[in-house]
Amino acid sequence: MEKNNRVRDASVFYLAAGLFALAVPVTGIYPVFMMKLLCFAIFACAYNLLLGFSGMLSFGHAAFFGCAAYITGWLATAHGWGTLPATLAGVAVAMVLGLLIGALAIRRRGIYFAMITLALAQLLYFVCLEAPFTGGENGLQGVPRGALLGIVPLRSDLLMYYLVLAAFVGVFLFIRRVVHSPFGQVLKAIRENETRAISLGYDVHRYKLVAFVLSATLAGLAGALKTLVLGFVTLSDVSQATSGEVILMTLVGGTGTFFGPVIGAAVIVTLQEYLSDIVGGWVTVIIGAIFIACVLVFRRGLVGELAALRPRRPSQS
Amino acid sequence: MTEVFGVPVAVIFGQLMLGLVNGSFYALLSLGLAVIFGLLGIVNFAHGAFYALGAFVALFGLQRLGVNYWEALLLAPLAVGLLGILTERILLRRLRGLSPLYGLLLTFGLALVIEGTLREAFGASGQSYPVPPALQGAINLGFMILPLYRAWVILVSVVVCFSTWFVIERTRLGSKLRAATENAPLLQAFGVNVPLLIAATYGGGVALAALAGVLSAPVILVTPAMGSSLVIVVFAVVVIGGMGSILGAIVSGLLLGVVEGFTKVLYPEASNIVVFVIMALVLILRPAGLFGKE
Repeated sequence: MEKNNRVRDASVFYLAAGLFALAVPVTGIYPVFMMKLLCFAIFACAYNLLLGFSGMLSFGHAAFFGCAAYITGWLATAHGWGTLPATLAGVAVAMVLGLLIGALAIRRRGIYFAMITLALAQLLYFVCLEAPFTGGENGLQGVPRGALLGIVPLRSDLLMYYLVLAAFVGVFLFIRRVVHSPFGQVLKAIRENETRAISLGYDVHRYKLVAFVLSATLAGLAGALKTLVLGFVTLSDVSQATSGEVILMTLVGGTGTFFGPVIGAAVIVTLQEYLSDIVGGWVTVIIGAIFIACVLVFRRGLVGELAALRPRRPSQS
Repeated sequence: MTEVFGVPVAVIFGQLMLGLVNGSFYALLSLGLAVIFGLLGIVNFAHGAFYALGAFVALFGLQRLGVNYWEALLLAPLAVGLLGILTERILLRRLRGLSPLYGLLLTFGLALVIEGTLREAFGASGQSYPVPPALQGAINLGFMILPLYRAWVILVSVVVCFSTWFVIERTRLGSKLRAATENAPLLQAFGVNVPLLIAATYGGGVALAALAGVLSAPVILVTPAMGSSLVIVVFAVVVIGGMGSILGAIVSGLLLGVVEGFTKVLYPEASNIVVFVIMALVLILRPAGLFGKE
């Protein structure tokens, strides 16, 4: 009974969220804002696959987000690539970077892993600062959205919105599928007790690396889409501040929950968008304070705390 | 003029000097990080922010309160250290027993708060701090010109680093500290006030960062962001040196500063990333770090 209730509640929630998402263009919410929010939701979901479901705290995910953003922006602007090829190229670069950084970082665990990802991401930050095609301090501007498959022009915010929404739904369902697959179960086992997973005969390194690459690839997709939506890439997309933001989004919404990162992304993007008009530079301080509050009293995040309020059967994960 | 690889010797020595100065800051910062990590098990992301805070306390003191450089050298670490003790008592203490990752996240948030506050209070653009009169000028050593203030920075940092090492490894207080690192509950059972020791250690660690901040104020532009990129380099230094090792932190800090200095001469484009590349190499060849034990 209890389980059926939960499933029914979840279906109602997803149905409502889906209807809202479809109806956004008629609600008068600024579509570019919604698209930005969805891009960061993809980013946070991708990050959550790593932190929430595999237990690895990466402090360098902006590298994948930002580098994919740069590659997509550069190919679409300087080389006139179409929307799809440019996006795929950005995603592919994020994947390769994920493979390289992941292979190095998973040699260590815990905080070392966090520090190594941070340092390697900073390396890429400097590469982006000095590489000839990134526009240095100015970044890339005026990136065209182009046309999907050369036919559907994306200049209208309406079509672009539905494209980003479709990408988000795809990523969301994909992550659910991955987590519920046998592969995802092994990841959880590694998160809970790595030594035991090793003794059970799992090649822990390979599982972790695949999870890392998946997460990096999807983060790259988020970056590539963000470039197309906003039409520019800046150094802040590859900076440690962005790496911190995605952690915060995941943490605020609830690590290891499916919808938590989406809520977290919505909260943080909304705060940054509207709060900076009111309080100016203090927004950094407020973000920092939210970080501290999350760690001290709110470790399960919004969705996690809500779920914990409800009685649940202990066997359920 | 003598040249090596087409570079004048004086330039090489000049960069070596600059590298040692940077290395001094790396050493002071990574030493503080290592001490804090050893006892609290926390990677202090706010270390760079405390470093910037040290520089701003000195700057504020000079502009508003008439505190000169020499007084600031003592007062700024003291003030920042006290703030560190408060931070430990109010915030970090609540994370005992949780995964160390929460410490990293909390101090990251703390860094944002400190940096954001500094930016609002002093503005984002940099301000310069004058070199104290007694340390202005330079000596001509024949093969190179030695600016006095730079020599002073290296001297202070080496003396402070090795005194800290001596206190930890060779004194009664240090033995308690090391004992607490090994087994805190047991030490507490022997009647040592471990919570006080922990708070003092955190205060001491960030005081070292603040000292580095004051020392660096006259040679760099004092900006609120001065610590946030530095702390990542210092993290890399700590990974290279091996997290548990006090001596490793000092030696690899100085060494990497010099390596960075040489890279500036030979291949300037790579000077920002050379430390990270070395970190990657060390991870491949010796994952525990140069001085670390696994």
